[in-house]
Amino acid sequence: MNWEAVIGVEIHVKLKSEYKLFCNDRAVFGDEPNTHICPVCMGLPGALPVLNPEAVGLALRTALAFGCTIHFESVWARKSYFYPDLPKGYQITQFEHPLATKGSVTFSGSEDDISVSIRRVHIEEDAGKLLHDKVPRASAIDLNRAGTALVEIVTEPDLRTAADVRLFLGELKQTLEYIGASNCNMEEGDLRVDANVSVRRPGSSRLGNKTEIKNVNSFSGVERALSMEISRQIATLDAGSVVGQQTLLWDDHREELRKMRSKEESHDYRYFPEPDLSPVRVTQEQVTTVLESLPELPRDRCSRFKEVYELKDYDAEVLTQSAANADYFEELVGIQIDPHVAAKWVTGPLQAVMNQRREDAETVPVRPAKIAALIGLIERGVVSESAAKSVLVILVQEGGSPSDIIEARGLMQERDIGQLTSWVTEVLAKHSEEVARYRGGESKILGYLVGQVMHSSGGTADPRLVRDLLIEQLSNEQGQ
Amino acid sequence: MSLQDEILSSSEVLDFRGSTLRSLDDIKELEDGPEGLNAFLAVAEPEDLEACGQGPLEGVMVALKDNICTKRLPTTCGSRILKGYRSPYEATAVQRLRQAGALIAGKTNLDEFGMGSSTENSAFGPTLNPVDRSLVPGGSSGGSAAAVAAGYVRMALGSDTGGSVRQPAAFCGVVGIKPTYGRISRYGLIAFASSLDQIGTIGATVLEASLLLEVVSGHDTRDSTSAEKPVPRYRDAAVQSIKGMVVGIPTEYFPEQLDPPVRALLDEACERLVAAGAEGRPVSLPHTEFAIPCYYVLATAEASSNLARYDGVRFGARLPAEGLDRMYELTRGKFGAEVKRRIMLGTYVLSSGYYDAYYGTAQRTRASIAHDFTTAFNEVDVLFTPTSPTPAFPLGERVLDPVAMYLSDVFTVTANLAGIPGLSVPIGTVGGLPLGGQLLGPWWGESHIIAAAGALEASYGEDT
Repeated sequence: MNWEAVIGVEIHVKLKSEYKLFCNDRAVFGDEPNTHICPVCMGLPGALPVLNPEAVGLALRTALAFGCTIHFESVWARKSYFYPDLPKGYQITQFEHPLATKGSVTFSGSEDDISVSIRRVHIEEDAGKLLHDKVPRASAIDLNRAGTALVEIVTEPDLRTAADVRLFLGELKQTLEYIGASNCNMEEGDLRVDANVSVRRPGSSRLGNKTEIKNVNSFSGVERALSMEISRQIATLDAGSVVGQQTLLWDDHREELRKMRSKEESHDYRYFPEPDLSPVRVTQEQVTTVLESLPELPRDRCSRFKEVYELKDYDAEVLTQSAANADYFEELVGIQIDPHVAAKWVTGPLQAVMNQRREDAETVPVRPAKIAALIGLIERGVVSESAAKSVLVILVQEGGSPSDIIEARGLMQERDIGQLTSWVTEVLAKHSEEVARYRGGESKILGYLVGQVMHSSGGTADPRLVRDLLIEQLSNEQGQ
Repeated sequence: MSLQDEILSSSEVLDFRGSTLRSLDDIKELEDGPEGLNAFLAVAEPEDLEACGQGPLEGVMVALKDNICTKRLPTTCGSRILKGYRSPYEATAVQRLRQAGALIAGKTNLDEFGMGSSTENSAFGPTLNPVDRSLVPGGSSGGSAAAVAAGYVRMALGSDTGGSVRQPAAFCGVVGIKPTYGRISRYGLIAFASSLDQIGTIGATVLEASLLLEVVSGHDTRDSTSAEKPVPRYRDAAVQSIKGMVVGIPTEYFPEQLDPPVRALLDEACERLVAAGAEGRPVSLPHTEFAIPCYYVLATAEASSNLARYDGVRFGARLPAEGLDRMYELTRGKFGAEVKRRIMLGTYVLSSGYYDAYYGTAQRTRASIAHDFTTAFNEVDVLFTPTSPTPAFPLGERVLDPVAMYLSDVFTVTANLAGIPGLSVPIGTVGGLPLGGQLLGPWWGESHIIAAAGALEASYGEDT
């Protein structure tokens, strides 16, 4: 019999705020443990939280990017539980009155476009971290992360497959990066996902017993954990048993779900309004200002690239994956580079250079004007495309102007017919077998021969002329 | 010479301006001797006295309740869980004191974490009332009130969550002011119930308590609940005329059960206010009867959360044990009985399923109580009430009856619930024991209640 999964997710996003949510410590990852701490984030007696408005601004951007309704007054609450990484014994979060509610995210699902409703977006502080490998036979605590600003985004149970959850998370991440709300660095735990899942008969409006999967910090992990849990629930129901409400912990190394606690053991967090902080007040003017400052979102930009620049789906998607790449591309187009050529350069050679250097289009040292100059030199036949790629690598490493590099390194395109002819003759003499196959009708082999001539020329030969010369010589000799 | 300078140079006030380092030895000697009150948990050494400014309190010794963080001296909250704890930072109020030239004489005893009305809940033994050593000094700021009443210091800071400055001031025969919520920064005041806690001042006279208030008041960016209100010269208010002031007498604060001699002193105080030019007018605060349950739900709810940080992980006591939960249990077992009782009560009222019935109801009741005051202050400038139903009671009398102890806060908790300022001033003695009269004012109405208290004080002064 058929089963349908019903999935809702909660995503904790670390905001790109320079300072922690309630104190003046910097919010940085990877420094020596306990170097960014103070009485406030250590929860020392007598210390009090003071709100960092930068974090509210970033949370507002997030909520508005997902089309949420902003509440002009939202209230801080304390969520109480004991754990050594939680200094005060409670987390300051928002409960009854969150910053925003009722938004939505549309993304390309595995089959169709899917729209997922956002139930709420609220701000909260992060906990510290337990380190289990620093001190023998003991756990150590690093409070550098304690008190850093997070937004929690909670969806309605609108997702149906593990694969769609992964695609949804991709869209969400891309949007958060676009609007500059988060660095979304997965390795640093900037995005952490909890998922609630249950299964039911398709068409049923009742929800089955759900389980919660916690502590997943990669999208592929979410997909694997959910697939595993959905199968388990279906097998349980098929066997005539009942799914027990419980919380499960995903172990990424062992690829397994472990039971954390059952419904009976679940925490009572004893939420109540935080008396040390006044409510967060947001004005209509603030909302308007943020709305005006929001960039075009990735999905819209992708459609526009397809429509306006007539790019193929794939190119448009790759280009709009990061706002920086898309900006770079549009700058090239802005200086009169053909969109298709610009797309080819940004997604090809430039991307290769960026990957190698672990940089993005915002920080890569070669700016669009130089790439445009280089493309101009290719179009005028001064340099071959393959040589131009070498020029790009030199530009990145050493700077300078494309034409100077071409001249200094002798990378000008060779178009002298005498020189080209001698390379062609030489190659044909060495490759009698390929010549015979060409003449036998295997015309594809021509590309190989062009490549051999290019190789002899050290990449400087003009490939179009080489091709013409090869065809000419091959047909001439055939006629003899 | 201004009126103020004249007052400050008058012989009485000169006493405290002229305090010297020798008085630290005096305090130690007295406290260690047979007449010791156990008012101090720590007395400063001369090298700890690092005043950093020249201001109205230059050279003046001030004692601090031991729930206010200091760097040079330990801060214990009267609890075994913080025994020997040294704060790495200093409370804003303490910084302001030192900038004004004050010298921190030491840290005074209190009910553990401010939870109590007799200072008997201190883990370090009770403080004795200097008026009669068989009586409690009141609480929770009993050490501060006793230290001022005994003449160890002329001024001290306390904290007042439900009357903890006003009631001990009344029991010891000194002046105690709990200002408007947000008047004094709470940064560095170890929290009991954050929405009710406020640092308060205790002085031998209205002028001293007011001057101390003036010095420590004002906005602090480190406390989001502190107000950006300018600080008036409260010391001027202490000598201001009250001609034409309307004093409300809330009927609910004068129940039948009051002892006739207590009632008589209260009536006399009202007459003295009228004689000083004020007009008396009866008013009603109809929600007063709900104040005690409302207060004990909210205060314990907040306390259960505020005291969660004493978990043995980062600071304070830790009892080593196998496993985390056991470590938590053993460590938190160091809290005293009253603290445990309030943590359990507070945890219960916040539990899911009970939250709305208890916490929700208490929040709505709090709003009604505050509304009572708003209505009353549309008609009157200040309110006059008893500070406590009785004078100081004997040590040990109420320790085993927490409800009787809670009920003695009946006249003071309302000011904390409503956020309004309150002040206790001596209004004579019953059987040799001091009685306090309480003045309540509207939000930011400190100057009015100080003026009324100053007038009363002057009136009694004329008798002697």
